[in-house]
Amino acid sequence: MAVPLINYISLSAVIFFIGMTGVIVRRNPLIMLMSIELMFNAANLLFMASARAWVNNAGHIFAFLVITVAAAEAAIGLAIVVTVFRTAKHVDVDDVALLKG
Amino acid sequence: MFWILALVLIASAIWCITAVKPVYSVVALLLHFAALAFTYITLNAEFLGVIQIIVYSGAILILFLFVIALLSSGVAPFTVGPDKLPRVAVPGIGVIVIALGFLTYAISRADAKVGAALAPPGTADVFGSVADFGKALFTTYLLPFEITALLLMVAVIGVIVLAGDQTPYLPSSKQAADVRRTMRESILRGGGE
Repeated sequence: MAVPLINYISLSAVIFFIGMTGVIVRRNPLIMLMSIELMFNAANLLFMASARAWVNNAGHIFAFLVITVAAAEAAIGLAIVVTVFRTAKHVDVDDVALLKG
Repeated sequence: MFWILALVLIASAIWCITAVKPVYSVVALLLHFAALAFTYITLNAEFLGVIQIIVYSGAILILFLFVIALLSSGVAPFTVGPDKLPRVAVPGIGVIVIALGFLTYAISRADAKVGAALAPPGTADVFGSVADFGKALFTTYLLPFEITALLLMVAVIGVIVLAGDQTPYLPSSKQAADVRRTMRESILRGGGE
């Protein structure tokens, strides 16, 4: 499969911007968290392609660490969503402004 | 093969962020992660492909599904405010155009290796194999791996602090109030129990 690295870079950028659009536009915190997962995975795809291009498995290790961070982030984010829903019965990220000052 | 995978990845990502209900987003994300795992395998990262399936599809998406199911099972329907596309359209498009400009500039400055087709890895069956990955993870990158364990522990404790209930689960609120009063009295008595 003779695919140049530039194709993977472009694909990763497109997925990253789709995820960024999701975070900016959507107000549902669950879909925002999923968009953040999309952005994590775009970064991971770039790590994989770079590791393959330079034949260096440091990219694999880093992607592994990113997956761990994403798992922790999803757990914390969903716990926050559950807590907000328990107190407010209405989940809209614009209403969660308790720390705004 | 790359183009099919790229098409599936982009289409499922767009489906994920445009779906009306979060459940459809989860389904789209499942498709996305499956295609991504396949992409990793075509990039000689078979262990990471398997990890992608297990951790993302098996753990994170199930967690999302559980939260959606629990939030939707209440008496009040799960309502969200309107999306704010009109308000953020102009700054959003501006940010995306600026970032794409940086990206094309960086690509134009990159060396010729980026445009060339990926060369086959030198020794077949070594690069990206589980043995290769494991050796690197437990020798060169041992400290980051240990810190990862600490990070996951902190995350678990944080989730318990945020979402956990301090009183034991009881079917009625009256029983829960009784248990709380008993606990308080036993603490006031000096913890004799």
